[in-house]
Amino acid sequence: MSETARPTVSVPLPRVLGYADPLSVAPGEEIRFMVGTLDGPRRYRAEIVRVINGDTGPAGPGLKVVHLPTSLDGEHAGSPQAIDAGSYGIVAHPDAFGGLTRFTLQAFIQPTRVPIRPAPARQVVMGTCAEDRGGGFAMMLDETGALAFLLGATVISTRAPLTARRWYHVAASVDLIAGAVTLAQTPLVEHAPSLERPATVTAALHEAPAPAGELLFGAARRAIEDGGLRTRWHFNGKIDAPSLARRALTPAELSAAATAPSTLVTAEDAIGLWDFAADISADRVTDRSPNHLHGRTVNAPKRAVTGHNWDGTVMDWRRAPHQYGAIHFHDDDLYDAGWRPSLTTTIPSGARSGVYALRLQADGGPDFWVVFYVRPPRRGPRALIAFLASTATYLAYSNYRSRMRPGPAELFIGALPVVDPTDLLLMYHPELGGSTYDTHADGSGVCHVSRWRPIVNTRPTGWLWNLFLDFCLLDWLEAHGQPYDVITDDDLHAEGLPLLADYRVVLTGCHPEYHSREMLDALGAYLGRGGRLMYMGGNGFYWRVSYPASHPGMIELRRAEDGTRAWVESVGEYYHSSTGEYGGLWRRQGRAPNALAGVGFVAQGFDRSSYYRRTAASRDPRARFIFEGVEDEILGDFGLAGGGAAGLELDAFNPGLGSPPWALVVATSEEHSNAFQLVNEEMNVSFAGADGRFSPAVRADMVFYEHPGGGAVFSTGSIAYVGSLAHQGHANNIARLTLNVLRRFLDPAPFTAP
Amino acid sequence: MFTIDPTRVDLALEFKRRPFGPHSPELQAVLNVLRGSRHCQDLLLICTRPHTEWQLAEKQPHGRPPRLIAGAVFASLEAAEWHAFRMRWEAVTGQAMPPLERE
Repeated sequence: MSETARPTVSVPLPRVLGYADPLSVAPGEEIRFMVGTLDGPRRYRAEIVRVINGDTGPAGPGLKVVHLPTSLDGEHAGSPQAIDAGSYGIVAHPDAFGGLTRFTLQAFIQPTRVPIRPAPARQVVMGTCAEDRGGGFAMMLDETGALAFLLGATVISTRAPLTARRWYHVAASVDLIAGAVTLAQTPLVEHAPSLERPATVTAALHEAPAPAGELLFGAARRAIEDGGLRTRWHFNGKIDAPSLARRALTPAELSAAATAPSTLVTAEDAIGLWDFAADISADRVTDRSPNHLHGRTVNAPKRAVTGHNWDGTVMDWRRAPHQYGAIHFHDDDLYDAGWRPSLTTTIPSGARSGVYALRLQADGGPDFWVVFYVRPPRRGPRALIAFLASTATYLAYSNYRSRMRPGPAELFIGALPVVDPTDLLLMYHPELGGSTYDTHADGSGVCHVSRWRPIVNTRPTGWLWNLFLDFCLLDWLEAHGQPYDVITDDDLHAEGLPLLADYRVVLTGCHPEYHSREMLDALGAYLGRGGRLMYMGGNGFYWRVSYPASHPGMIELRRAEDGTRAWVESVGEYYHSSTGEYGGLWRRQGRAPNALAGVGFVAQGFDRSSYYRRTAASRDPRARFIFEGVEDEILGDFGLAGGGAAGLELDAFNPGLGSPPWALVVATSEEHSNAFQLVNEEMNVSFAGADGRFSPAVRADMVFYEHPGGGAVFSTGSIAYVGSLAHQGHANNIARLTLNVLRRFLDPAPFTAP
Repeated sequence: MFTIDPTRVDLALEFKRRPFGPHSPELQAVLNVLRGSRHCQDLLLICTRPHTEWQLAEKQPHGRPPRLIAGAVFASLEAAEWHAFRMRWEAVTGQAMPPLERE
């Protein structure tokens, strides 16, 4: 045992958690907090604070918060609030599905989790069964993954488990007058060979017709609790072209339907013919039958996914929607936790713009931070400086689980992953959902994340990353008495250029990785009219995201084609369902980050950060203002983020990708560790010697360029950079040169490109 | 496949002195084995007291919470890294790590 080892400790988890609405609020406006306690009712303390710096510990300035007195101060009685995770579709026309004596359920399905391990469970394809009502029917997969039919207390199964990620036609033909049900599961012909054969089972069935009840796709009703529908038996995988006929189709008809383009139910036989290829961008489920039994999706299942008839000739769902008639459901999808508002207050009219949090605490557990943003007044004076909080990126990382799951994290970090008890909440509460860095339980990537749920890792404690590290920038601004406003990616997406127009300087956070087209357009337009951008991080402007109009507060991401990816998007599913945009790296869409920031992502590593060395270009008269009072050749060989200013994720200058040729690379990092690896989009063919010990391409470039619009851009090219600002009481070469840049950027005198 | 030479305690000493890189190529090869999929116990650290205390734990499949490793509580990240290194070294080589020179 190590000389410093001690007995195992207890790990107290937070006992209260919550989320806010809206995310960004102006002084004088109302904000609501949805708060829930864990493990039973309990009292909790609440207060609103403005956060200036995170809990960097003794190595840095430490936690700095300013209490904002509000009506919420003090103790409150709390109670648990449930989360009904798992996506499904629902047709809320119960009378249409009651009393059926002869009917046929059909669908094409591609299950992705058969059987469910380690605890086998049923997975409903479609049905009305309801635990609380004790009745209903369902076509489902049983605990072994075989097709089954449930009516009342009777379950009939084919006893032939399906294979994960193969397409099947499945059907249940029911004749309660004759007292029989026929189940048919038919594997569809695919390119991958298979030894599976169709399975058909006919069995006696002596049950009464099911009572009225809403029809669900991909789940079963469990109960109504707290005014909300609770579900179980979620389906993992794709469901395509489900239908319900008002007669019992014959085995011959079912066999024919299995190989037909659709399920061969005529309009006059149809109770419902649901077409998931319709309204792909919305949460609507469309019924093509004359009965118009339309429904909606819940918890944002993935749409614009390849259907049973996708033939590989089209990649864009808008060009052949009939090949994209499936919805991919997951038992851990979550859009809206739907919690009751617990606390409501009005932000005082004189409140400063900033990053705020509702700080919650119960029973001695760790604080839980519900972060929100107070923007400047909608009318009135603004600061000259805007900090653009990377809320799209914070959301992409929200409820990040993969560091706590088996996998290669330690190999790419170069050290043991470190989490804290608040992070661990995720492993005890899977219903909180994951991040876009995680995979669903069936292995497919999480492409939707929402702020309508407690988020454990956007806070001023824990992992020194994203917002926590961005506080180093705010603390530096405060230390120098520089007034600033805080605006968010969400605001920028919604409002565009007018949000930025009045600011002299816009500073990004340390890792503004995710951007919508609207956000990039606004930043580009801002620069075009003389704006000044300080890109204070690394791996920025990298992934394309969209904000679905149908799901406010959610982003959609497709990790397509290329890039450093936590998972790889499914083939044929590269286009966003919400907007039709082609997903993936902006670099693959003619808008590499280099064109905006002058640098783009090249390498990452997470064990130890390094430093920059000034270049000859730093002596160029154009760059003189940057280095006034800075004599050092070595810059940033100190810092809170790995001990150096150049680390974590690195960007480099590359005119081939759009870096302005006249830009000055004023400093370049060196001596990176073995953990820093060139990213895969920088190496078409894998080669040795691509780590920081061998490759000169593994570096951060500090870049300045004058924009033709009269403004300018300064880029650090490193996530770790802002972690060096506080060194020696903000008196160091990184802090000095950054302040030099800020002051010049605040000067309205235009920049002139050479 | 590369195998670790259990007599190369100089590499262990290098790691103990500087657990967070850069490492020599030979030490990096050792780390690739110890942290790689063939032998990795999928370890992680849980920070139980901010900045002062870390508990070693083992990741679990199927989304289950990590399993705490009894007695493996440390006052620094460096000490935790060294403990994990030695634990894996001994498991992979099948030999107790001899005393390190100048340890």
